[in-house]
Amino acid sequence: MNGMENNVAAPVADTAPALLEVRSLRVEFPTRRGTLVAVDDVSFSLRAGEILGVVGESGAGKSMTGTAIIGLLEPPGRIAGGEILLEGRRIDNLDYERMRRIRGKEIGAIFQDPLTSLNPLYTVGRQLVETIRTHLTMTEAQARRHALDMLKEVGIPAAEERIDHYPHQFSGGMRQRVVIALALCAGPKLVIADEPTTALDVSIQAQIITLLKRLCRDHGTAVMLVTHDMGVIAEAADRVAVMYAGRLVEIGPAQAVIRDAHHPYTRGLMGSIPTIGRDVERLEQIDGSMPRLDAIPPGCAFNPRCRQRFGRCEREKPSLIGQGDRAVACWLHEQGEGAS
Amino acid sequence: MSEDLNRERDGEAFVLRVEGLTRYFDVSPPWLNRVIERTGKRIVRAVDGVDFAIRKGETFSLVGESGCGKSTVARLISGLYEPSAGAMHFGRRGDSGEKLRVQMIFQDPYASLNPRWRVADIVAEPIRVYNLCPDAASRRRRVGELLEQVGLSASDGEKFPHEFSGGQRQRISIARALAGEPDFLVCDEPTSALDVSVQAQILNLMKDLQREYGLTYLFISHDLAVVYHISTTVGVMYLGRLVEWAEKKTLFSDPRHPYTRMLLAAIPDLGMSGKPRTPVAGEVPSPINPPPGCAFHPRCPFAEERCRREVPQMRSVGGRYVSCHGVEEGRIPDEDALVPMNGERQ
Ligand SMILES: Nc1ncnc2c1ncn2[C@@H]1O[C@H](COP(=O)(O)OP(=O)(O)OP(=O)(O)O)[C@@H](O)[C@H]1O
Ligand SMILES: Nc1ncnc2c1ncn2[C@@H]1O[C@H](COP(=O)(O)OP(=O)(O)OP(=O)(O)O)[C@@H](O)[C@H]1O
Ligand code: SF4
Ligand SMILES: [Mg+2]
Ligand SMILES: [Mg+2]
Repeated sequence: MNGMENNVAAPVADTAPALLEVRSLRVEFPTRRGTLVAVDDVSFSLRAGEILGVVGESGAGKSMTGTAIIGLLEPPGRIAGGEILLEGRRIDNLDYERMRRIRGKEIGAIFQDPLTSLNPLYTVGRQLVETIRTHLTMTEAQARRHALDMLKEVGIPAAEERIDHYPHQFSGGMRQRVVIALALCAGPKLVIADEPTTALDVSIQAQIITLLKRLCRDHGTAVMLVTHDMGVIAEAADRVAVMYAGRLVEIGPAQAVIRDAHHPYTRGLMGSIPTIGRDVERLEQIDGSMPRLDAIPPGCAFNPRCRQRFGRCEREKPSLIGQGDRAVACWLHEQGEGAS
Repeated sequence: MSEDLNRERDGEAFVLRVEGLTRYFDVSPPWLNRVIERTGKRIVRAVDGVDFAIRKGETFSLVGESGCGKSTVARLISGLYEPSAGAMHFGRRGDSGEKLRVQMIFQDPYASLNPRWRVADIVAEPIRVYNLCPDAASRRRRVGELLEQVGLSASDGEKFPHEFSGGQRQRISIARALAGEPDFLVCDEPTSALDVSVQAQILNLMKDLQREYGLTYLFISHDLAVVYHISTTVGVMYLGRLVEWAEKKTLFSDPRHPYTRMLLAAIPDLGMSGKPRTPVAGEVPSPINPPPGCAFHPRCPFAEERCRREVPQMRSVGGRYVSCHGVEEGRIPDEDALVPMNGERQ
């Protein structure tokens, strides 16, 4: 396909250099009553072709992390610390115009509501062609051919005809496919997908996730996949990052984290998810709720809800400590002694 | 079919039996526009001849894709809509002969709570409506009890809904529903707007209350794992019709209707049986002009001539109810259990 890198899925080897590197990212919201820290000391990396799932309760800072990476934080929100590197180059300090060129070309975005990414006044073909021509050197005719290829690739039936339709003429699932085509049409190396299937039916969700997974494998695109759905993570993600109250509390290979979570919050989260075929009278329950940003307790933010907390948890903030391919921010795991 | 259904489930205490339940919505443009544009009436067949029965103390769940009519069934049962046709037979409260009390819990706990009322007044409303407490003092005491029962504190009654988190608001709506001393709770996606950890709190609470008071639930969710967890019996809807219903284990381990199979195969699997999920092909057609015959036939791999012509009737097949010509004719191949059940099937 024109303009789209045709490199075969890079195997996710530990030696592969990081495509995206987020180091000690901090996002703040100055308010009249003080500064809120929405993302606090978050570090992780993503390799080419890798899918990183990001989970956590509502308000944990998942979207803020994604928005900071694509440079779309809305003021007064701002990056107050840390660095974001794409292929070794810093992108967190670029001016608006340079960041705009990176968006679309190098980083694509897919949001929950397809309507926010599509302009209702233009046909989907028009929007695709425009995006393609902004980022790739192509004639109108080439761009249209490429747009058509993209629509076919994301599985729009009768693409030749549908290319001239307006967004409202598509169903929700089809619209989300168009958004995926739009996010991928300039061949980005990284896609930030923020709850791309939450607004869709389970049956359509499967189609979209399968599609996203296949496209990324085919093109070696890395994906940061924000979702509430652990089933989607289990199925699509190579690794999973768990956020709580603005901080990364656990990260590791998806299967390992799901089967054997280390952080008490992650463990509670996994136990609270019902599973088909598993008969339990009551689900595991984490009492209470995540604190609001203006009331984050000192020490480990999870400590008031944690059944395993001890003195230190109430005083000192644990940071993410790695052990092999996993890392966890919890005093129980300080020297790598597994607690269970 | 309803005869059959009654016979097989005879002798059990039904809370509700629904026969041929139907609700159409007229979504036609105004008369004048229709004349000018020469278009006919546009009727949405939101619910189209649904039969089922719910026993006392069980949880009957409805599943199916968006727009298949689940909420409309819930609203019909709660009395928020009048049926266009069909009947709903409610059981009686104990021996009193009094009509069963039905309360409803909605998906969005915020929209369903009046933001200008204090929580105590919100919870007290059904008490006033049914005149359940003789005076203000006993009413206040009762509200405090209810709030504590759902895991809040009596003093929370003084606050306003916006001072609570989503999960706490859903607890308030449950307290309000319980205040009317219902026999039957209709819950339309009660946890869909909540985080999984909060969802677990609400589901646990619902199960505790059911055990304690023998409540019966009609439960709606698009999350099939949640449905598996909470249900006794599950009904699958497609374009306004019920296509299959059975005990939960029967339905999940041995679904018969091709649509049920498709739906179950599409679930992302946290249990990681290692099975890739099979995406459902195609999308739900419009309920304005549903396909003739079996409404599922355009998406069905087993559709034949008869499926395109004749509406399949619900039949009892091996302990479940299915409406599918293919199943009736025995030409839908058996499938391996989609979901291995604990030790039961492998
Ligand atoms: N304009 C703002 N001013 C102050 N705080 C804000 C603002 N926008 C977001 N926040 C806060 O930032 C935190 C992180 O929000 P974010 O949207 O990243 O959460 P999330 O993890 O994506 O949650 P969800 O699952 O609900 O999408 C939240 O606590 C939110 O209240
Ligand atoms: N008041 C109404 N007026 C007109 N059409 C309606 C009305 N209520 C529902 N419908 C239509 O009836 C059909 C069934 O809707 P319903 O809300 O019952 O579906 P649902 O299964 O609950 O879907 P969802 O999973 O999206 O909540 C839909 O096509 C809907 O647009
Ligand atoms: S009746 Fe026919 S079309 Fe409908 S589900 Fe059964 S086999 Fe498929
Ligand atoms: Mg978000
Ligand atoms: Mg509904």
